[in-house]
Amino acid sequence: MKNYYFNEDHEMFRQGLKDFLAKEVIPNIEKWEEEQRIPKEVFKKFGDMGYLGLNYPEKYGGTDADFFYSVVFVEEISKVFSGGFMAAFSVQQYMSSPYLFKHGSEFIKEKYLTKAITGDAICSIAITEPNAGSDVANIRTTAVREGDHYIVNGSKTFITSGVYGDVLITVVKTDPSEGFNGISLLVIDRHADGVSATKLKKLGWHASDTAELAFDNVKVPVENLLGDENQGFFYLMGGLQLERLVGAIGGYAGSESALDYSLQYMSEREAFGRSINKFQVLRHRVAQMASEIECIKYFVYNCCKLHADGEYVVKECSMAKLLGTELSDKVMYQCLQFFGGYGYMEEYKMARMFRDSRIGTIGGGTSEIMREIIAKMVIDDKSYAKTTSKSNPISNTKKTDSIKEEKTKSNNQNTTNTKIMSYENTLNAMKEKAASADALGSILKLNFGENQIVIDGTNGGNVVSGDDAEANCTVDVSLEDFTAMVKGELNPMGAFMAGKMKVKGDTGIALKLQSLMG
Amino acid sequence: MHSFYFHDEHNLFRKSLRDFLDKEIVPEIDQWEENGRVSKSAFKKMGEMGYYGLGMDEKYGGVNTDVFYTIILIEELNKCNSGGTAASLLAHSTLAMEHLQKNGNDFLKTNYLKPAINGDLIGCLAITEPNAGSDVASIKTSAVKKENHYILNGSKTFITNGVYSDFMVVATRTENTGFEGISMMLIDSKWEGVSATPLKKLGWHASDTGEISFDNVKVPFEHLIGEENQGFYYIMQRFELERLVLSTGALASAEYALDYGLKYLSEREAFGRPLSKFQELRHRVAQLSSEIESLKSFNYQICRSFSDGYDVTTQCAMVKLLSTELMDKVSYEVLQFLGGYGYMEEYQAARIFRDSRIGTIGGGTSEIMREIIAKQIIQ
Ligand SMILES: Cc1cc2nc3c(=O)[nH]c(=O)nc-3n(C[C@H](O)[C@H](O)[C@H](O)COP(=O)(O)OP(=O)(O)OC[C@H]3O[C@@H](n4cnc5c(N)ncnc54)[C@H](O)[C@@H]3O)c2cc1C
Ligand SMILES: Cc1cc2nc3c(=O)[nH]c(=O)nc-3n(C[C@H](O)[C@H](O)[C@H](O)COP(=O)(O)OP(=O)(O)OC[C@H]3O[C@@H](n4cnc5c(N)ncnc54)[C@H](O)[C@@H]3O)c2cc1C
Repeated sequence: MKNYYFNEDHEMFRQGLKDFLAKEVIPNIEKWEEEQRIPKEVFKKFGDMGYLGLNYPEKYGGTDADFFYSVVFVEEISKVFSGGFMAAFSVQQYMSSPYLFKHGSEFIKEKYLTKAITGDAICSIAITEPNAGSDVANIRTTAVREGDHYIVNGSKTFITSGVYGDVLITVVKTDPSEGFNGISLLVIDRHADGVSATKLKKLGWHASDTAELAFDNVKVPVENLLGDENQGFFYLMGGLQLERLVGAIGGYAGSESALDYSLQYMSEREAFGRSINKFQVLRHRVAQMASEIECIKYFVYNCCKLHADGEYVVKECSMAKLLGTELSDKVMYQCLQFFGGYGYMEEYKMARMFRDSRIGTIGGGTSEIMREIIAKMVIDDKSYAKTTSKSNPISNTKKTDSIKEEKTKSNNQNTTNTKIMSYENTLNAMKEKAASADALGSILKLNFGENQIVIDGTNGGNVVSGDDAEANCTVDVSLEDFTAMVKGELNPMGAFMAGKMKVKGDTGIALKLQSLMG
Repeated sequence: MHSFYFHDEHNLFRKSLRDFLDKEIVPEIDQWEENGRVSKSAFKKMGEMGYYGLGMDEKYGGVNTDVFYTIILIEELNKCNSGGTAASLLAHSTLAMEHLQKNGNDFLKTNYLKPAINGDLIGCLAITEPNAGSDVASIKTSAVKKENHYILNGSKTFITNGVYSDFMVVATRTENTGFEGISMMLIDSKWEGVSATPLKKLGWHASDTGEISFDNVKVPFEHLIGEENQGFYYIMQRFELERLVLSTGALASAEYALDYGLKYLSEREAFGRPLSKFQELRHRVAQLSSEIESLKSFNYQICRSFSDGYDVTTQCAMVKLLSTELMDKVSYEVLQFLGGYGYMEEYQAARIFRDSRIGTIGGGTSEIMREIIAKQIIQ
């Protein structure tokens, strides 16, 4: 199968990244899982390699690469056997810092974005509160303007990197009387006075620290407001597609990694005198999962391509997140089964992959919320308008054009070698043919660029003329191809299907050329 | 979402095809379901419109089009709510004609492919036998050389268009060894010794399914398709396209079924509101439409790779497996959406449900797909 999305440069980038992860990350995962944190130097190392600013402009220290470099990045960090590691780094680059870039002032970009890109600042996005998760509009944390500052009070929970991080992009109510219309985004220094964090214990994602945060009269300078006041909800919505795509990639890439890991084990483990990969039921389960992974992977690529081209694909991204994360749970469950008792032991990586996967269908919008969105769009025909138009980091990137280039190939076959008749001869030939054919019943124009032939079949017969006129249907065609049709060497239907005739207006009329040509 | 594959020309083609189907095919379907066959005139009309020429040799009346025109044809035919009609009209081209197009000699192409493109002759592909289905290599029908003929003996079963077709592309044994001794031959249904009986079945009522027997049928050498003893490979080579036809068909039917279910949900009321307002049903719709959408995207990408000449054997098995299983799930759920009406022939869900059930069996069962995939990826 051909992959139309990645070119050689992407693959070289992937190889370099893999080497880097094998050297700097994978040997340390166990330790980080144990200590329940990733050392700051690791972020710095990623920053030094340029991995934290893949889609940001060079001006801020970014690489300004196309979106499929990010796809590679997320795929590979999803294969280091630690969901917690993947979480911290995807929050850094795809769930928090994009708001700095998209909505931050120059001041904010200079002060925070550049540091997020170098890895000097670890970033979090703080939306969820103890009493508002799925229902974002219902948050209670307030920011009250006092002179040059906002005074922030409230609490947040489940915040990735909130304990050891540096920058909190915090969702606050600037107008508590409003629902989603009263929400703003503030950049809050994690170490500011009045900000405190408690580390939460959790089922999986052990390498990533998750915080419950309290804001007690925290003074935040007004220049730390992102974009405009009370527009925060819309900014969040604008960031969701990227977040969902990252979740989807994590889902299938993690699944791929677990399946590979299992296949290795299955080829080594023996039972009843043969390796367990010879048992048909296990083989079929592998086949089923591999198919589902492959399907969702290519679907996600398709969504990524649309996203990279600047399309606002709410429905598709929600579908991708839903399917990718649910697949991951299914795959982890089955893969653990392949390992038998060893699957339950920490000595193997399956146990961790299993528990790390379980958050996929909850974080970043639960499966139920994804289905709510999809149902609205599929059933109520509701189409979500694009909430932010400008400065999407993705639409700034270079377009990936491989698909478009390849697709024209197949259309350009079967050129005929007919000698071109002159325009006058063609006109005369058409007059003859049209006279003996049934009346078209409408007006058809053949447009050769410089001149045209108009066949008026509205008055009982067909009147053929070289003068331009309004028509019910206009066919753009080269004189060469049309000549071939007149001579009976090219079938009009075939020419139409091969893209040699471009039809504007009623196609049915154009297809009547078939009968005109006799 | 799919503008990578379908351009203006394709969309216009789809529209004119849809108009044709709604006018010429759809009104006849109930009758065909009753009669157990699609009328010959339908093939003729399809031929006249050039639909059987898609991707076929221009020399014999075909048109050189990219694979997405064929995809459109398959999709729209599968949105007429008759699995049998689509199967019958497509077995002719995507099964029988494909073998002729790829490996037939000039004699066969002139005398059979050309009229098949015009819709004057109807074809079928006969591989399965009473004792050899999944295990193609174990077929028993044999062709023995005698003077300037082969003498063909044996039987075939479950053959779509088997009763009313004019010619049959038959897999037969020309050597006694397993898969290396199989050849493909074109058998004219008029020949002496060829007989067929229709089989009764759960669904696909509009398509005739035949059990065929060959009793000392004299087959001239020029009716051999391609080379002797290469039949197994020819069959394998056609599998990619065949599976894409089936996956595309299953996905289009699933889409059709879900649209139908949705329409019903929005019209039917219970507990004072339309069914489409109940969250549980809404979420099921969301789940199914996500699965359809992702598989469609996967399927098109495979079609694209296939038409660009890349090896997609594994992916074709994957997508055939997933699409047909999804279709069963969708047709089950849609029937559920309709409640008791779903069980009545007055509504379309019943036919959708029974027509779907063959998907995971025909053209290689789900189990065989998993065998193929497992072989490719394990070790
Ligand atoms: C490890 C971890 C890391 C996280 N990191 C972050 C982070 O960095 N930043 C951040 O802001 N948040 C973070 N979150 C929070 C996460 O986004 C929320 O947990 C999530 O949005 C769900 O909210 P909730 O937990 O309040 O569940 P609730 O909203 O209370 O939902 C509970 C259940 O009800 C269902 N439900 C809710 N509404 C509906 C409905 N209308 N119809 C049907 N069912 C419904 C849900 O699907 C779910 O099954 C993290 C969470 C975890 C566990
Ligand atoms: C309506 C209809 C139309 C058809 N049209 C045509 C046609 O036009 N031309 C044609 O040639 N054929 C046609 N077929 C035949 C179809 O291709 C076969 O039915 C199919 O290949 C399965 O073969 P079988 O029925 O002999 O089942 P079997 O091969 O007997 O299989 C029975 C069961 O065993 C399972 N099984 C078999 N082998 C294995 C294994 N190795 N591991 C695990 N499980 C296995 C199968 O998956 C299945 O569940 C048609 C069938 C139907 C029902």
